[in-house]
Amino acid sequence: MTTAEKRVGAVANFVDERIGAAGWVKKSLNKVFPDHWSFMLGEVCMYSFVILLLSGTFLTLWFDPSQREVIYQGVYEPLKGLKMSAAYASTLDISFEVRGGLLMRQIHHWSANIFMAAIVAHLLRVFFTGAFRKPREFNWILGIILVTLGLVEGLFGYSLPDDLLSGTGLRITSAIIQAIPLVGTYISFFLFGGAFPGVAFIPRIFTLHVLLIPGIFLAVITIHVMLVWYQKHTQFPGPGKTENNVVGHPILPVYMAKAGGFFFIVFGVTAFLAAVASINPIWLYGPYTPGQISAGSQPDWYMGWLDGLVRMAPPWETHALGHTISWNILIPALIVPGILFTGMALYPFIESWITGDKREHHLLDRPRNVPNRTALGVMSITFVMISLINGGNDILATAFHLSINQIMWSSRIAIFVLPPIAFVITKRICLSLQRADRELVLHGRETGRLVRMPSGEFVEVHEPISEQKRFILTSHEQPTPLVLEDSDSRGVKRPGKLKNKLRVRLSKAHAVAIPKVSAQELKEIEHH
Amino acid sequence: MRTVSNEIESIKDPGPAPHVLRAADVNPRSEKRAEQQVAILFALSGVGSLLLIYSYVFVAKDVFIFIPVMGNQNAQQLGLGIGMAMSLFFVGMAAIHWAKTLMPETEVINYRHEFRSSDEDREDLIKTVKEGVAGVQLGRRKLIKRAMAASMGLFALPPVLLLRDLGPLPKKQLETTNWKSGTRLVTDPGNRPILASDLEVGAVVQTLPAVADSEHRPLSDIAKDPVLLIRLRPEEFNLTSEKLAMTHEGIIAFSKICSHMGCAVALYEQTTKHLLCPCHQSTFDVTRGAKVIFGPAARPLPQLDITVDAQGYLIARAPFSESVGPSYWERNSQ
Repeated sequence: MTTAEKRVGAVANFVDERIGAAGWVKKSLNKVFPDHWSFMLGEVCMYSFVILLLSGTFLTLWFDPSQREVIYQGVYEPLKGLKMSAAYASTLDISFEVRGGLLMRQIHHWSANIFMAAIVAHLLRVFFTGAFRKPREFNWILGIILVTLGLVEGLFGYSLPDDLLSGTGLRITSAIIQAIPLVGTYISFFLFGGAFPGVAFIPRIFTLHVLLIPGIFLAVITIHVMLVWYQKHTQFPGPGKTENNVVGHPILPVYMAKAGGFFFIVFGVTAFLAAVASINPIWLYGPYTPGQISAGSQPDWYMGWLDGLVRMAPPWETHALGHTISWNILIPALIVPGILFTGMALYPFIESWITGDKREHHLLDRPRNVPNRTALGVMSITFVMISLINGGNDILATAFHLSINQIMWSSRIAIFVLPPIAFVITKRICLSLQRADRELVLHGRETGRLVRMPSGEFVEVHEPISEQKRFILTSHEQPTPLVLEDSDSRGVKRPGKLKNKLRVRLSKAHAVAIPKVSAQELKEIEHH
Repeated sequence: MRTVSNEIESIKDPGPAPHVLRAADVNPRSEKRAEQQVAILFALSGVGSLLLIYSYVFVAKDVFIFIPVMGNQNAQQLGLGIGMAMSLFFVGMAAIHWAKTLMPETEVINYRHEFRSSDEDREDLIKTVKEGVAGVQLGRRKLIKRAMAASMGLFALPPVLLLRDLGPLPKKQLETTNWKSGTRLVTDPGNRPILASDLEVGAVVQTLPAVADSEHRPLSDIAKDPVLLIRLRPEEFNLTSEKLAMTHEGIIAFSKICSHMGCAVALYEQTTKHLLCPCHQSTFDVTRGAKVIFGPAARPLPQLDITVDAQGYLIARAPFSESVGPSYWERNSQ
């Protein structure tokens, strides 16, 4: 034994004699993770979270979360002598007087944007590949909780510096809360510590942003990742891969090196962005006062779709019996997002209700093989994109010399018209891709080489695809529509007639597919 | 001869493709080169760390350097950032390159097991739970059950109650501003009173109410008090007689706080006499009493009843007749 081995052995012995860990450590180090680039999206989320914790902790060492009024006497000349909150003044100090402070602020803000973008990309990957199916429905719901928490955490984070732009966002937030019927004004006064802007909101969202929400994040992310660990990661279909195995590299050494290395890549790229690209230059906005505003005010992009919905909402309010209900705020800011997020959270159960499929699934779907689900996903993306674009309608109008009125009206119409069109187009594209797969299996790959036959005819040479590729293109299961008889063998009628009719219809639509190439068809072709 | 079968058979799994060895697996020179590449990557990371340390210690905070395409950059911030980025990025690249070129590449198979617990385990669990619950005997112990329910119910109240002092009750705060009968309009900024005769046609002025301590207005007052003063020619107005009576010789006053979600309606289009709120683009027509002509706002901006005092300074004749700012449940908007 070398000296190194002796030393490590002594330490391991010390630990093992106290907690007996050899068994599960051995199992863990041999654990296998399948390899695909799209599986790294969730990793980007996790690593961004760590970067946020590290950079955020640095910022808390200098940030003063107080709304008390100070006169700025720091190095940034244009704001010298101005009244502002201590929160804003301390953010200026971090940006201009603390070495590395501006870099850390920018790392933190860029990382937050990357975090949210990676969450959306990861969510879409999980959705389009069907990784949310049994036994992973609960993990999907945890994911929806994480994306919602991320939205809130980001909102609180960029509002902490108490600058003019984010303060305007808080004014809008307080208007949304205030619009809630019956209790809105009370909740708003309690949260802000009085009439807007109050003196308590910045310190309170600081506690939420730094302590409570990160705590919840840590707990939920831990359960989310442990579930992936325990239930084993899903894998794409391929040769040698079945519903009952996981094929990949073991944790020690390959996966640890690649995944650990990836953390440093993400951190490095974030730091590079922070070094060369300015973000949230609060000194240009000035301190928050409710009597002022800048033209072209926008929230951060992950809130932009909500702002877009609010901008296109019709001016509906109900004035009755001495009370007011603001539909123009409640519908776009609370009701529509509520329906969207609830629908997302419940989707695994909705899909299994439609298909009647109660089995475990560990092999992923190729999106083209589930045209209905893929089309639904693209439809939702279209909806959010239209809202997001409308959230920047004033910038678009100024930059491209368009009329704001026309953009807004176009968004109002587009948001109803474009999503169904996107659904139909996507479904058709998926079915075409299935047909293309079929052609590839039966007739092989077009090589582009033309051969002239003795008869004078020109043909293109097709090269047969590999056995492995052929398996990938035909190993998927094709859903069969649900059959629900009206009554059973004894003549007892099935309850819930209308619900069942809907279910059967949805199931039929879900099962629309191009039949895949069977072994017999392949044999027939091979005889040609 | 074709085999006829009624079942549609799926194409069988051919097993993975034969393993292709990497250059470093077979060629010792490639192996050495891969090692050197990993070493260079680690070295580059070291360079980054040194750049960070140098920038932190030796570069002054106020030095700016010109970088093509990017323009003037703060040298220390750029050095710290590029240094940090390099030191992190190249460590990652080194680890990944090492894994991809030199570490064992063979794939391993783990097997999944069904998650459902065995029937035996399930029955044992059910037995244990039943025995445990039977020990509680809640069904028999009605007195305990009732007393526990009552105490649990009361238990739920203190956590909610302890949050009561988070803030005051709204009471009349959303309905009142600092505008009273006779309050002078003063400029924002500057706090100077305004002579009606000093305003030319086409002028737009941002105003606040004159208060005892104009230098120290609480932000929650500034969230409700701002008023926009606009002077047009009297014939340009298209108002009811009631609203017209609230103007003074072509000068009209509106709350600057948007009736939609409370942003400051700061954009004024002179040619069309439209006020535009930059948040959600609600547009208000000044000539028609700030009526909403576009956007999600549901109500016009509240109009302030103005006149002049004995010295000719503009004053409010009465407080706002309705709440300023966004709507809420208790708002009587009729």
